[in-house]
Amino acid sequence: MKEISIFDVIGPNMIGPSSSHTAGALKIALMARKLATEKIQSVRFVLYGSFAKTYKGHGTDRALLGGILGFSTEDARIKDSFRYAEESGICYSFETDDANRDLHPNTVDIYLTEASGKTVFVRGVSTGGGDCRIERIDNIDVDLTGDLTTLLIKQRDTFGVVAYITKCLSEYEINIAFMRLYRESKGENAYTIIETDNDIPPELVGQIKQHHEIYEAMVIKL
Amino acid sequence: MMNFNTGAALLALCEEHKAAISEIMIRRETEVSGCGREAIWERMAHSFDIMKGAVKKALEENLETVGGLIGGEAKAVSRHSRNHKPVCGSMMAKAVAYSLGVPEVNASMGLIVAAPTAGSSGVLPGALLAVQEEFGLTDEQLILGLFNAGAVGYLFMRNATVAGAEGGCQAEIGVASAMAASAVTELMGGTPEQCLHASSLATANLLGLVCDPIAGLVETPCQPRNAMGASNALVCAEMALSGVINPIPFDEMVTALYRVGRSLPIELRETAKGGCAATPTGCQLCHEIFR
Repeated sequence: MKEISIFDVIGPNMIGPSSSHTAGALKIALMARKLATEKIQSVRFVLYGSFAKTYKGHGTDRALLGGILGFSTEDARIKDSFRYAEESGICYSFETDDANRDLHPNTVDIYLTEASGKTVFVRGVSTGGGDCRIERIDNIDVDLTGDLTTLLIKQRDTFGVVAYITKCLSEYEINIAFMRLYRESKGENAYTIIETDNDIPPELVGQIKQHHEIYEAMVIKL
Repeated sequence: MMNFNTGAALLALCEEHKAAISEIMIRRETEVSGCGREAIWERMAHSFDIMKGAVKKALEENLETVGGLIGGEAKAVSRHSRNHKPVCGSMMAKAVAYSLGVPEVNASMGLIVAAPTAGSSGVLPGALLAVQEEFGLTDEQLILGLFNAGAVGYLFMRNATVAGAEGGCQAEIGVASAMAASAVTELMGGTPEQCLHASSLATANLLGLVCDPIAGLVETPCQPRNAMGASNALVCAEMALSGVINPIPFDEMVTALYRVGRSLPIELRETAKGGCAATPTGCQLCHEIFR
């Protein structure tokens, strides 16, 4: 378990009004944004539970859009994120789903469309106190908090890929804190998620991408 | 290891190193984060600046909150206490005005420091800044106060909860008040034991406080409860510095708060289905806001 820092107690520094409904929501969108490889053209949010019920009063919509724009939880522009999104040419829409009651009350689904038409789906949960968790990326169930530097790799499910990735990390003397592997089905798309104690330089990401069975590699750091 | 999991262990470290709670907390943070003392200090100084900025903003600007249930209260108290002799004295009037102000900034999508939560973000700035003005304390002293408060908050976060959805308002305003009580006690020259006595008293006073936000918004009764949390902190610091104690040790109060929180019905834990939120007027306001 990660030790509680004093800045978890006196913090986060955030644009209000709610750590879970504003700051936590923003962080989910910020992580989703980092999964996009090109310019984001449009974004659709589907809100569940308490998010669906109270998002307007908590500025959850503006915070989510702020995250897509790359704003931090401290950024005063969050309040005007609709305007900033329009200026950046990002189309956005919000929907609510009151029917699904099995999800965590602060759940949001984010559908991103990139300039080339490529889509990314992310399901995130705001877990309280400004913390959040990504539960699903495209068709894969994951568990990502963004607390540590996270390397997300999309690959084909075949032998030798993970060995190649860990060899690259080892060459850069990067220590792995946690590592998980997910796959859609045998021989199909798979994801490797590695949380590290050190920062990951862009050259390393480039080297990892060179493997012919690796489709994408990206670093997520909040 | 400069780490501790209980108030008793914290006091033992203070005794062993002949250091204040704030100092032990700074050393703990350097160990758990791997960051240098200077970096940690700078980060807390930044948080302190945000707290001060939020109070200033509420006293100077006209803030429009998202739900419209609050706005202008900090200015009103400040104005009234300038034009009339304040009922609670000038320092308490400041604590009340400042702690009402931060929630206004929060509810108008301004920048605040969750301490420990956004809903209770006015308690620490309210109590500490009022004491700073009254006693002419430096910013450095107040930043030390925040490290002291952080130690108390950490123990609640670790051994109980600071989430209203889990523990009710006592876990937010109650914990914030316990944090501020300890910080003010250290700033006024109290011993580490007296700091935790102040926290223990503050916790006992607010035990059972329910979380019942009207329309589910972080506006009211959250805002006036910040003023109550700040004043309770000052009252408990006064008692602890005078040698008044709560016979229940701090660590037992942390457990008590957690157990009370868990036994609160769900209606009284941030669901906006009980207390103030469930009154006819509370429901009417909710209906108007989300119409």
